[in-house]
Order: sequence, then structure tokens, then C-alpha cells
Amino acid sequence: MDNFTTISSTIFTSFLASFVEIVEAFTIVLAVGLTNTWRSAFTGTALALLVLIIMILVLGPLLQLVPLTALQFVVGVLLGLFGMRWLRKAILRASGFIPLHDEEKAFREETEALSKQRGLGRADYLAMIAAFKAVLLEGVEVVFIVIAVGSTHGLTLYASLGALIACVLVIGTGLLVHKPLARVPENSLKLVVGLMLTSFSIFWTGEGLGVAWPGEDFAIVVFFVILSVFSAIAINLLKSSHATLAKEPAL
Amino acid sequence: MTILRIIWEEFIGMFIDDGALALFALALIAAVSLAIKFAGLDPLTGGGLLLVGYLAILAESVHRFAAKKRG
Repeated sequence: MDNFTTISSTIFTSFLASFVEIVEAFTIVLAVGLTNTWRSAFTGTALALLVLIIMILVLGPLLQLVPLTALQFVVGVLLGLFGMRWLRKAILRASGFIPLHDEEKAFREETEALSKQRGLGRADYLAMIAAFKAVLLEGVEVVFIVIAVGSTHGLTLYASLGALIACVLVIGTGLLVHKPLARVPENSLKLVVGLMLTSFSIFWTGEGLGVAWPGEDFAIVVFFVILSVFSAIAINLLKSSHATLAKEPAL
Repeated sequence: MTILRIIWEEFIGMFIDDGALALFALALIAAVSLAIKFAGLDPLTGGGLLLVGYLAILAESVHRFAAKKRG
């Protein structure tokens, strides 16, 4: 893979993964803004972003002290756990064993919870905390993805660019439509992200162990294809098993 | 401190959903690492084992979940 492909795949992976996370955070912030006040929503969001910036400022310089091979190994292992978790969930969702993530449902539930709090004296504070937690929790994942995808090839800036584009796109679209972005095919995106992160993980863990992959960076594409075929087979097998389960009469 | 706890819990939750999957993955990586460093396993073979191992672990995890749902 040439330099352009390495950079573009880094930006693309970071963009897709961040996009899914930001859509989820946006749903909660929107619920806070529409149910409570926009001041609570923006204050919670700003505070969470501040915490995330502090995390990046602390972690960034620390990572530069770690030797490259050790960094590749550690990032590879963590990315493996992270990517396989996404992939597992996406396979189970696609095959019907766990319900699909529904942004409209998440929005409804958050709105209901916030409406119940409206009469309380601390309603503004609780709404602000809801926005803060949503942005912080999804943001921690975005920070990890950016660092993990970008740090091993010294492409953190490009990975950050991917996350930034995702952020601008979600907020821009969200402000335009003024409702949760329920049409985003979140579950398919999560499957693709799980495949990409797991592929990166195998590559970097191997590199950290001294593996000279044939075709160098192109090996990531091969892993992606193998994992995709595996996932497609797993989804089909589980789907038919789930269909049989649904047809069985309840005892 | 609450913020730190929230971040810490989220950080751990990012990697561990199915405990057995995480444990198997870590055991696989440890075994392959030790085999390469101390048993003279060819690194490329070790890399191949990682790929096959990841697939096996994922298959086991989704199969176990489905079997549990089926009762």
C-alpha cells in the first residue's frame, strides 16, 4: 500500500468509527436541548470536550515516549479487544440475536427521562450532566480510536482529521434536520468498523511481535476480506438458526 | 473523582463486553508471543495463528451467545 492509501485508510477508519459514536452522543445532546434548555446541552457538551482535550494533551506526549514496536503491540492488543467487541455485537445484531440500535428509541427514552426530571429543582443540572456524560463516554471511544488508528504510523493528525470531519458532518446535519439521525445505517457501519479495527489489530500485534507481513500494509486489506467472509458466513448461519428458533412453538 | 471513575469504567467497558472473548484473545496473544520469543516459532506462522485464533474466538463467542439464547 502506498502512502496515499495508508493515509486515506487511516482517515476513513477514524471517520467511520467516530461518526457512529458522535451520532449516539448527538441524540442525547439533542434530547437535552429540546426537553430542557440549550444552555444545559451546550454547557454539558463543552465541559465534556474540555475533559477530552485534557486527556489528549496528557496522553499524546506520553505515547511519544513509548518505543514504536511496543506501541504497535499494545495498540494492536487493545484494538483487537475493541474491534472484536464491535464485530461480535454487529454479527449478533445482523443475525437478529440482539436488537438493532435505534436512535429514535434512544431519543425517546432520554426525552422521557428528562421530562420526568423537569419538575425537580435540579433539572438544569441533571440535564447538563446527561449531555456531559453522553459526550464524555462516546468521546473517550473517539479519542481511543484516533490514537489507536493514528499513533502507530505517526498519522494521529490524519486520524484526528477523520474524526473532525465526522463531527462537523453529524452536527451540521443534526442542526439542519433538528432530530436524531435515525436514518444512518449505524449497525452496518459498526460491522465495517469492527472489521477494519480487527484487521488493523492483527497487523499491528503481528508487527509488534516481529512479523514481516507479505505485501506489507496490503496485508490489512487481506485480513479485512477474510474477516468479512467469516462475518458473512457467521451472520447467515446465525440468521437461519434464529429463524428456526422463532418458528419453534413456545412450550 | 466521579469523572475519573466514569472514564475508567467506560475505558474498561470499551474492551470487555464478553469476558470470555477478552480472556481468550489475551491468552492467544500471550501464547503466540511466548512461542515466538522463546520457542523459536516463525513470526509469520505466529501472525497466521493470530488471525486463525481471532476467527475461532469470535466464532466461539457468537455461537455461545446464540446457544444461550436458544436455551
